[in-house]
Amino acid sequence: MVEIAARLGGLAPTQPRIGGLLIVERNVMVYRRTWMILFSGFFEPLFYLLAFGIGLGAYVGPVTLDGESLDYAVFVAPGLLAVSAMNGAFYDATNVFWKLRYGKVYDAMLSTPVAPKDVAVGETLWAVVRALLYSAAFLTVIGAMGLIESWWGLLALPACFVIGFGFAGAGIAAVTWMRTWKDFEFTTLVMLPLFLFSATFYPITVYPEALQWIVQALPLYHGVSLVRALTTGAVSATQLLNVAYLLLMGFVGTGIAGRRIDRLLLK
Amino acid sequence: MSTVALSLRPLEFFFAQYRRVWRGTAVSSVATPVFFLLALGVGLGVFVDRSTELPGDVSYLDFVAPGLLAGAAMQVASFESSWPVLSAIKWTRQYHAMLATPLRVGDVLAGHQAFIAARLFMTAVVYLVVITAFGAVRSPLAVLTVPVAVLVGLAFSAPLAAWGAKTELETSFVAIFRFAILPMFLFSGIFFPITQLPTAIQWFAHATPLWHGVDLCRQLTLGDVAQWSALLHVVFLVAWTAVGMTLAFLSYRRRLVR
Amino acid sequence: MAGDNGQPLIHARGLVKRFGELVAVDAIDFDLQRGEAFGFLGPNGAGKTSTMRMIGCVSPVTEGTLRVFGLDPAHDGVKIRARLGVVPQLDTLDMELTVRENLVIYGRYFGLPRRELGTRADELLEFVELTERANDKVEPLSGGMKRRLTIARSLVNDPEVMLLDEPTTGLDPQARHVVWDRLYRLKRQGVTLLLTTHYMDEAEQLCDRLVVMDKGRIVAEGSPRELIESYSTREVVELRFDDSRPEDFSYWTDGLVSRVESLPDRVLLYTDDGDAASHGLHERGLVPESVLVRRSTLEDVFLHLTGRSLIE
Repeated sequence: MVEIAARLGGLAPTQPRIGGLLIVERNVMVYRRTWMILFSGFFEPLFYLLAFGIGLGAYVGPVTLDGESLDYAVFVAPGLLAVSAMNGAFYDATNVFWKLRYGKVYDAMLSTPVAPKDVAVGETLWAVVRALLYSAAFLTVIGAMGLIESWWGLLALPACFVIGFGFAGAGIAAVTWMRTWKDFEFTTLVMLPLFLFSATFYPITVYPEALQWIVQALPLYHGVSLVRALTTGAVSATQLLNVAYLLLMGFVGTGIAGRRIDRLLLK
Repeated sequence: MSTVALSLRPLEFFFAQYRRVWRGTAVSSVATPVFFLLALGVGLGVFVDRSTELPGDVSYLDFVAPGLLAGAAMQVASFESSWPVLSAIKWTRQYHAMLATPLRVGDVLAGHQAFIAARLFMTAVVYLVVITAFGAVRSPLAVLTVPVAVLVGLAFSAPLAAWGAKTELETSFVAIFRFAILPMFLFSGIFFPITQLPTAIQWFAHATPLWHGVDLCRQLTLGDVAQWSALLHVVFLVAWTAVGMTLAFLSYRRRLVR
Repeated sequence: MAGDNGQPLIHARGLVKRFGELVAVDAIDFDLQRGEAFGFLGPNGAGKTSTMRMIGCVSPVTEGTLRVFGLDPAHDGVKIRARLGVVPQLDTLDMELTVRENLVIYGRYFGLPRRELGTRADELLEFVELTERANDKVEPLSGGMKRRLTIARSLVNDPEVMLLDEPTTGLDPQARHVVWDRLYRLKRQGVTLLLTTHYMDEAEQLCDRLVVMDKGRIVAEGSPRELIESYSTREVVELRFDDSRPEDFSYWTDGLVSRVESLPDRVLLYTDDGDAASHGLHERGLVPESVLVRRSTLEDVFLHLTGRSLIE
């Protein structure tokens, strides 16, 4: 018979230093098998780039940004890069919903030294990793296609980190309020206009002035504006504002998510 | 009892189930076309109209609106025929419950597809109203886009139901959406004429039901119908639906009757 | 293990859990010593699970004192959980992972090194007889297998105390016996067990000492034998009737038995000599449909203490 308790105390558990990293480790374990889902997410912005940048680009013609005339593909690529970072982070928030409400994944963690706040930190971390994976791949592709016009473009990857962080925090916080899958219908109502109207496909100057103000308040606008400045080289102080907006969103979101998850799990 | 009467019964079930979620889908089924038309037809249209001429000298809004209608039909049908089919087979096992009654496999399939057709009909009507409100309809023939959209949808929902009843791998639908549905949405002439694409990909687009649906809807809303080409489109879509339904029937029977 | 010097592993005084108006646990006292198998016996809603969750540091204490390993769950939840093995009432296995991966990642949550966890997982799978299912997904496993996996999982950190909340509820009789067998082996290896159950046979099989809980309170405490001795008689006569069940039993039973419990489907007579009592009834002319003489169980203890059955 196996002496299961023979080493009583012999495996004296050390307290995990960053509980959040263990959540990342678990997710890596899961995706080792379902890598296709992860991998396929990268193609979404790529298909959009080919359709809009190249296909439709011929009909759109050059676009003027800050007085400089740009090829449409050069204009739209950074927009889609920002979108890929946003999506990467946000897809993952959907999984958090499942794990929280149906999968009971965190309930099991709670009987271990992992704490509820680690859950929020870990899932945010993982979502950012996923956002970075997508962004890095997409950045490589648009680089190879010659759609990056400045050395500032190297900073686009850290910029995607900031975008991913912002949307991961906000997304995970948002799903803690969702009760059933039906509520996801409403996330589409938020994500679709963000995707379409955040100056992703054309300069904000198309809009009437009142609308421009609203668009400038949208988080993805700041992501797009930041990445586009870097890949086209038209960098200004505005980009500090972009970064500040997204970081704030990430910190506030993660903070709220931590507290909400705590409340949902510890009764 | 006739097959029609029997297949109305599952239809009733799917409607009862739908009643619980209709609010969410109602909002998004109106909002989605509005968002797309505003962002692309109106917003991006400014640049397209300024820069080039589209075939037939139409505005970009008029060009993109009928395409989006056909595209929406594809998306609604694909969604309704993927996870709901898997669920009725594997998770909630509603199909099994239905088959424990006098219903036959064909009734279950017909009932579910009839529900999808009804959903497509509603979606198409909403779309048509929205694009008319945007002033993107030039001909009364546009009314015919509603049945065409239903047909486009069924050309997708039937083969997908066949796959849903066959597959053991639920994640395969993720792959289908990412690698088949999305590329079709983007490269079947909704957003730009496919003549812009390399010849090989053009042939590929011609083989998809979506391209035929898009072109047919566009002919109808622009009132520029080329009889032979329109007829060919319809025949093509009907053929896809018929083959899809046959495959679905075979695959349902193999899965559900053991 | 260093430093408990005979001090109880778990110590509770005046422990209270309230959910709004509802008092789930109403001022209970108990101590758990190292090496014991200690049980909370009671029906659903008696407050057993709430007590377990407070000990497991996943539910804040409303009032009173609770010490686990001498530590306060309010401040040292992490340290306490590191030394516990928890088997919750409903399985919380990770459906996205395989059987073996469930063990490995759970061990990682405890901060155990990955290298050691491979061997540990294999040992544990062998212990619960799931080696052949190691690389399968969790979902298709039977209820009993999932339960065994949950038990294996709770052992991954070599816990000093195992908390088992209704370990065999919902399992078929055969699967229950397999689970009991594994728990019995653990007990023999010196693992301290704390379990809740509403099955008296489970409590009798596994517990050295138990408390009977009802409506958030502890109504009795002792070993199964002590409880039966203090709250019941040695034997019980069970009578079942067709339509001719007498209204009043005192006429038939006076002087023959020490106590009568009248239940909807049967009548229980408490006595130290069941055969003598049933013989006496026969002599007085009472003819039930069936007569069964059996030994007293914890069910009888519970019935006596609360006037209700354990499983309603």
